[in-house]
Amino acid sequence: MLEHLELFFKSIFIDNMVFAVFLGMCSYLAVSKKVATAVGLGAAVIFVLAVTVPLNWLLDQYLLRDGALAWLGPEYADYNLGFLSFILFIATIATMVQLVEIVVEKFSPSLYNSLGIFLPLIAVNCAILGGSLFMQARDIPTLGLALNYGISSGIGWFLAILAIAAIREKIRYSNVPAPLRGLGITFIITGLMGIGFQSFGGMLTGDNEPPEDGTPATTADKTEEKLLIKEEIEEDEKVVSYNEVIHK
Amino acid sequence: MALLSKKDTNLILDPLADNNPITIQVLGICSALAITAELQASCVMAVSVIFVMGLGNIVISLMRNVIPSKIRIIAQLIVVATLVIVVDQVLKAFAYELSKTLSVFVGLIITNCIIMGRFEAFALGNGVWRSFLDGIGNALGYGVILIIIGFFRELLGSGTLFGFPVLGDPIAKTGLYAFGYENNGFMIIPPAALIVVGVLIWVQRSRNPALIEEA
Repeated sequence: MLEHLELFFKSIFIDNMVFAVFLGMCSYLAVSKKVATAVGLGAAVIFVLAVTVPLNWLLDQYLLRDGALAWLGPEYADYNLGFLSFILFIATIATMVQLVEIVVEKFSPSLYNSLGIFLPLIAVNCAILGGSLFMQARDIPTLGLALNYGISSGIGWFLAILAIAAIREKIRYSNVPAPLRGLGITFIITGLMGIGFQSFGGMLTGDNEPPEDGTPATTADKTEEKLLIKEEIEEDEKVVSYNEVIHK
Repeated sequence: MALLSKKDTNLILDPLADNNPITIQVLGICSALAITAELQASCVMAVSVIFVMGLGNIVISLMRNVIPSKIRIIAQLIVVATLVIVVDQVLKAFAYELSKTLSVFVGLIITNCIIMGRFEAFALGNGVWRSFLDGIGNALGYGVILIIIGFFRELLGSGTLFGFPVLGDPIAKTGLYAFGYENNGFMIIPPAALIVVGVLIWVQRSRNPALIEEA
């Protein structure tokens, strides 16, 4: 349970898709002019990540990694199809996106109308492929954790695009230097938000170690961390609700 | 320029400045920014993208009349993914350390919006030679920005270029460091790349006011 919680907060705040690894920047910049569209795209990203990451985890576990084919019989045990992962992952993602589009259109036209136009965009959103590749690179151990990872990194992306869309709606009333207007200032704001998110870095490891190779802390540390997490989230929720208030 | 007509030359030169994929078209930011903390990684990334874009545009342009438009995205993704696998395997074989640094970002060339964007906007509607030039031009425009960002981030952040100390030794206090200069650790962290790009956009648009966006 604790590892689920840890992964959840880590993928939302510390390894945030946008601020820590710059994934999905293209749609992040292109679709963040209005809060309503940003919410639609964000929801679609969470949804597609939640489907594709566990699926690609299964592919990776039972088809691609070194010795993964052992379940076919001992003579297949030393095959390593790792080099095929890019093409298989992207094929899974493109197919799933198309499939999801068809299913949603059939069963929930209203959801389709709000998500629909974004779904084709998502197949080429780097956050989606990035989710699967990081899942592979970080050796996520179980299917449950992979699902958790997909959902939580989707939520991280959602938070990021929601925040920038709210800021961009407001910034229209500010007197930005002409050459910086539009794209330039958006980059700089994202940079500043990224620096803000960097401060979550010590949250789970409790020291300056890079989060990737964080060693399991002792129980005493963990209760402290939990309290910290709680505080951080409450603060963040305040920021988000504040943004929403501004928006209204 | 017997080989290239004036129009063809523009295909290569335009993306380098006034129609730059990163600062004007806003494409391909995704896989670029995270690896620009070092100049060497930036250069390798630029070369990889030039390779994938040039060949990819040729292949798509050759197949443009046989790809059904409904499944063209999947077809395009498969072409790019194949080329990227080649790049990835070559990097793993000849520059293993570097491929560790680039980690998943080589794979993310697949979803680099520049590549899909140029396939959609150009290669699907133009001949092979012109598509090739367009691909090379855009990839060069992308590479130039990457190298500029990498240059400033590595110089200001670590005081080195390609890993060689150019500003003196920070521990022994030689060179610039003798005068109390310090490396700006801020340039190493990922968000700094965004701010550098923002400043680049600012500089470019100040020099060419025609590019300024209406707010």
